Amino acid sequence: MARMKFICDAERCIECNGCVTACKSEHEVPWGVNRRRLVTVNDGVPGERSISVSCMHCSDAPCMAVCPVDCFYKTDEGIVLHDKDLCIGCGYCFYACPFGAPQFPQAGAFGLRGKMDKCTYCSGGPEENHSAEEFRKYGRNRLAEGKLPACAEMCSTKALLAGDAEVITKIYKTRVVTRGKGEEIWGWSMAYGGSDKLSDLPGGKA
Amino acid sequence: MLLTRKSEGHAELRNPLARAASALAAKTIDRRAFLKGSGIAAGSAAFASQLPLNLIGEANAQAKAAGKTEVKRTVCTHCSVGCSVDAVVQDGVWVRQEPVFDSPLNLGAHCAKGASVREHGMVEHSHRLKYPMKLENGKYKRISWDQAINEIGDKLLQLKKDFGPDSTFWVGSSKHNNEQAYLFRKFVSMFGTNNMDHQARICHSTTVAGVANTWGYGAMTNSYNDLQNAKCMFFIGSNAAEAHPVSMLHALHAKETGAKMIVADPRFTRTASKADQYIRFRSGTDVALLFGMLYHIFKNGWEDQPYINDRVYGMDKVREDVMKKWTPDKVTEVTGVPEAEVYAAAETMSKNRPSTIVWCMGQTQHSIGNAFVRASCILQLALGNIGKAGGGANIYRGHDNVQGATDIGPNPDSLPGYYGLAAGAWKHWCRVWGVDYEWMKARFPSQTMMEKSGMTVSRWIDGVLEKNELIDQDSNLRAIIYWGHAPNSQSRGLEMKQAMEKVDLMVIVDPYPTAASAMPDRKDGVYLLPAATQFETSGSVTASNRSIQWREKVIEPLFESKTDHAIMTLFAKKFGFEREMNKNYKMVKDKAGTEEPLIEDITREFNKGSWTIGYTGQSPERLKAHMRLMQHFDVKTLRCTESVVDKESGYDIKGDYFGLPWPCYGTPEVKHPGSPVLYRTDLKMMDGGGCFRANFGVSKDGVNLLAEEGSFPSGSDITTGHPEFDHILMKKLGWWAELTPEEQKEAEGKNWKTDLSGGIQRVCMVNHNTHFWGNAKARAVVWNFPDGIPQHREPIYSPRPDLVAKYPTHDDKKAFWRLPTLYKTAQQKAVTDKVAEKYPIVLTSGRLVEYEGGGDETRSNPWLAELQQENFVEVNTKDAENRGIKYWDFVWVSTPTGAKIKVRALVTERVGPGTSFIPFHFAGWWQGKDLLDKYPDGSAPIVRGEAVNTATTYGYDSVTMMQETKTTLCNIERA
Repeated sequence: MARMKFICDAERCIECNGCVTACKSEHEVPWGVNRRRLVTVNDGVPGERSISVSCMHCSDAPCMAVCPVDCFYKTDEGIVLHDKDLCIGCGYCFYACPFGAPQFPQAGAFGLRGKMDKCTYCSGGPEENHSAEEFRKYGRNRLAEGKLPACAEMCSTKALLAGDAEVITKIYKTRVVTRGKGEEIWGWSMAYGGSDKLSDLPGGKA
Repeated sequence: MLLTRKSEGHAELRNPLARAASALAAKTIDRRAFLKGSGIAAGSAAFASQLPLNLIGEANAQAKAAGKTEVKRTVCTHCSVGCSVDAVVQDGVWVRQEPVFDSPLNLGAHCAKGASVREHGMVEHSHRLKYPMKLENGKYKRISWDQAINEIGDKLLQLKKDFGPDSTFWVGSSKHNNEQAYLFRKFVSMFGTNNMDHQARICHSTTVAGVANTWGYGAMTNSYNDLQNAKCMFFIGSNAAEAHPVSMLHALHAKETGAKMIVADPRFTRTASKADQYIRFRSGTDVALLFGMLYHIFKNGWEDQPYINDRVYGMDKVREDVMKKWTPDKVTEVTGVPEAEVYAAAETMSKNRPSTIVWCMGQTQHSIGNAFVRASCILQLALGNIGKAGGGANIYRGHDNVQGATDIGPNPDSLPGYYGLAAGAWKHWCRVWGVDYEWMKARFPSQTMMEKSGMTVSRWIDGVLEKNELIDQDSNLRAIIYWGHAPNSQSRGLEMKQAMEKVDLMVIVDPYPTAASAMPDRKDGVYLLPAATQFETSGSVTASNRSIQWREKVIEPLFESKTDHAIMTLFAKKFGFEREMNKNYKMVKDKAGTEEPLIEDITREFNKGSWTIGYTGQSPERLKAHMRLMQHFDVKTLRCTESVVDKESGYDIKGDYFGLPWPCYGTPEVKHPGSPVLYRTDLKMMDGGGCFRANFGVSKDGVNLLAEEGSFPSGSDITTGHPEFDHILMKKLGWWAELTPEEQKEAEGKNWKTDLSGGIQRVCMVNHNTHFWGNAKARAVVWNFPDGIPQHREPIYSPRPDLVAKYPTHDDKKAFWRLPTLYKTAQQKAVTDKVAEKYPIVLTSGRLVEYEGGGDETRSNPWLAELQQENFVEVNTKDAENRGIKYWDFVWVSTPTGAKIKVRALVTERVGPGTSFIPFHFAGWWQGKDLLDKYPDGSAPIVRGEAVNTATTYGYDSVTMMQETKTTLCNIERA
C-alpha cells in the first residue's frame, strides 16, 4: 500500500508559487484561504532557500489528536482528511499543527472561524467521489482519477514531489547523492520511513 | 507512543489511487517517466495521469451530468518558455487545466502564472473589458461594435486626410499569435504608415540588432533544453527564476549533474541564490565586467584560437582594446567588482566548456544596450561557444510571442522576416500578398515615407509633444492605438500622460482596459475595444528557443470580445482595403457573425514569403502534428529519432526537432527539421546545421570576412567561406540544372530570400549540404554601429558623475527614428545640475514571478493578485537606516523628472547600498492616488499600485531606441 507524502527540495524550489496557484485553480480556493504557501529563509542573502508548505499528512498527526469532535480520519494511503460536517471551527487543530496547515475562511467576532479547510492531497473528503458536494466542500478528487496533487504535478522545477514515500524518497535521494550535499535530515525516518541517513537507504552511497 | 487517536466514525476509507494504480501496474519507468515522476508516485501512476482525462473521469464518474468534455491543447500566454497546457472544456466552459507531461519544453511544469491561466475562462467576477466602450464626459459608456468601428474609423480616416497616415501610431502586441502579428504589419502598412511597434522595442530590440549584426540572426542561439548540455551557465542581467521560472527546470537539472552556475546582477536575485558564484556589480557597467573577464581570458590564453581564426572577424582589434582599456583596476573602478571575482568567473567559463551565457532586460534596457549584448557575444565567440550544443547566447525573450512578433510582426523598420523597408522588400511582400506594388506605394504619402523607419513605442510620446519642425515627418502624432500593449511599461510617465491628453484620439484594443484607460485626464476621445485572448482563438506562437507551437482554440471569445484578426478585418472594411488585405484567405464567421480570416491561411501566407528566417517550412499541418505527438521528442536534443506517423495528417515526424525551431528552411515538403542550435557546423544542413551568415560583404579593409578553409556545415560541397546564393551563383556552380523547370522559372533573377519556389534553398541544402546564405565569419567589430567595438559609456543619469568625463555618452542625434534624441546634452545637464547628489540611489526595475508585463491581465487574476497585493521598492538596510525607513513603511520615490511615487519599502540586503529596485508590473495609482474611479466599472484590476515608469527618466539606446530603465536615479523618503 502506497503511503502518500510530499517532499519539497529546497535546492530546486525557486519560490515561483506555481504550486500555490495550481491549488487555487484546481479547488477554487477562495481569497484568504491558503492550503499551500511558500516559506523563505534568508530572504535576499546568500543561503536564501524556499520551500512549499501545506498539510504534511503527518504519520502521527497532532490535528487528529486534539480535535474535540474527532472530525479527522486517515486513509489507507496515509492521507489526513477531515469531515467538514463534523468540524465546529474551534481552531484547536490550527494550534496543534506545526506547519500552519489548517485554514479558516472567516475571522469574525467571538472566535467565529467557519469550517476548517486544508490540503486534501487532492483527494476530496468523505462525500461521494466526484460529487458536487465533495467539490464544494473539499475541492477536486484527483487521486480518484489516478492523478497526483496538482501542486506537485505542476511544480516549475520539480522541487515539490508528491507520491508514495518510497518512490519520492528514491528520487530525492538520487538528487542529494548527485549534488553531494543535504545528506542528513532530521525526522526523515518518521515522515518517510527508512533511515535518517539517506545513504543508508538502498542504493545510497556510503 | 503515537499521539493519534484512531478514528472510528469512518468505516469506509477510500483508496482511489490504489484502484487506479493496480489497473495500470507493472509499467517500467523510462527516463522521461522518471522526469515526470518527480511529481508522481510511480511509473504506473505517471501513466495513469497520461490517460485522457475523460477516460479516467468517466470511469469514475457517478451520475455526472451528461456534458460534452473536451481537452484542448494550448500554450501559456505569459512568457517565452512555451509551456503546454491541456484545457478541459465542458460544454464550452473551461473547467480545469491539466499539466502536459509530454511537452519536451516544460514537462508539465508551471509557475504561478502558468498554473493559473484557466482564470482567463472564468466569467464570474471577471475583470475583463466586456464590450466596446467610449469615454463621454469623463465616464466610460457602453457602445456597440458598429458604432465603435464607425466612429473610430471615421476619425482615423479624417486624420489621414488632414494630416497624413503618419499622424497615427499603432502599438501592436507581442501577445498576438504569429498570424495576427503578421496581419497587423500588413494592416498598418495598408493604412499607409510605418508608425507601428510592439513590446520587442522595450524588451530585446538591442539584442536583436546587436546579435543579428554580429552573426546573422537576432535570436536565442540555443534552447532552454540545451542548458542541460552546458557545463557552465553565466546569467548576466537575467533573473530567470522569476522571469522564466520553468527554464530553471533545465538549468537546475544541469547544475545537479555538475554544471557551474554564475549570476552577475546588481541584485541578489532568486536566480543568484541558486548560483555557485554571485557577482554584484553596478547597474549599467556590463561592458566593463564582460571585457574584464575577457582580459583574463586573453591574458591566460583561454580563448579558442582555431575557432577565432576560422569563424570570427575583428577579435584581434577587440583584444587590443580590451588589454589596453580593461585592466583589473579599471574594471573594479567602473563595476565595483574585485579582480578576484572577475578572474574566477572568467576561469570558470573557460575551464567548463561548452559554457553558455544567458541575458535579458538587465543587459538590453540601457542607452548602450547594443554594446552590452555585443560584449556578451564577443565573450562567447572568444571562448568558441557559439554554434555548439551546451554553449550559445541564450537570450531569454519576455512575452509568449515576442520572438514571433519580432520575426514577422509589427516592426517600424521592417516588413515580416527582417526584409527591411527598401523597395525590393516591398516588392517581395507585395508579390506574396498578391497586391500591386504601385497600389501599395499609393497607400503611403510618398516612397520616402514608405521606406523610412517609423517611430518607436518607446518614443511615441515625443512624436506627440516634440516641436513639429524638429520631427522627421510632416505631422505630429494625433492618434494612438494601443492594441495589446500596456502603457506603464514605457518610461517617462509624466510626459506620457501629457501626450495621452494631447492626442485627438486614443483607442485601446485589449482583453483588459489597461492603465491607458485610466491614466489620462480626458473627458472624451477614448475608445476601448474588447479583444479576445489567445485562448479564444487558434494559431501559432514562437517560443524563445524559436520552436513554434500551435494553440487550439479553448473557448469562444468571452463577452462581446472579438479576435484581433476579426477586429482588423472590421477596420480594413471601414478603411476600404479589406479585399486586398484578406485576398489570400478563406473567410470564416465567429459566433457573432463577424468575418475573420482562417488562421491557417495566414500561416500559409507567411510560410510563402519568410525565406530569410526560415518561417517557410512550418506548415499548420506539421505544427499541429507536433502538438499531438510531443511525447516523441527528446528532452535534451528536442529531436524525434523514431518514425511516428500522425494519424490525422499522415505526417511522419521522424527527424524533426520539436516545433520546427526556425530557421526551418525550404517548403514544408522539403522537410527541413528546424534548427535547435544555430550556426552549428558539426551537423548537416538537413539535420539543422549551419554557419554564420554572409551579410556584410566578403571583405573589410582587405580582411577576409568569409569563413576560412575547412570551416563549413558538415558535408558541404563548398569547404570554405562563400557569399550568399542567387540565380547567378547557382548557374556559375552548375547547380541551376538541379532546379525543376517550375523552380527555374520562379528563381530566375532571384536570390535565396526572394525565390518564392524555394528551389535555390532546396538544391543548396538537400543536394549540396551548403548554406545558401553564405558561410562567413561572425563580427566582433560591428563597424556600422556607433561603437564598432563595444565601449563603456556612463548612463544618461549616472550615479558616478566623476566617471562621466572619462566615459561620456554619445553625441546627440538629430533625426533618429524620426525624432531628435539627446545623449550628451541630457547627461551633461544631469552632471551640471548635480542630479546624482539630489538623487543618490540607482533605480532599476524588473519582474515578479506572479505578474507579467504591465500586469493589467495578471493583476486581474485573483489567484495571482492575492500573492502580490502592493507595489514596493527594495531598499538596502543601510540606505533605509539613514532615512529612518522601516520595513513596509510607505515611502516616496522621487526622480529627476519631478515625479514622486508612493510604494512600500522592502528593506533588504537583496540590493546593495546605493541601489534600489521596483517591479514594473503595477499601475492604477498616480503619484499616490488610486485611479479606481477612472477605470470602466467592474474592469479595474484587483491589485493596483504605483507604476515605476511614472518616474523613470529619459535615455535611449543609440541603435534601437530602447529605453534606459535599468539604470536611473532616485531618492527615497518616508511618506
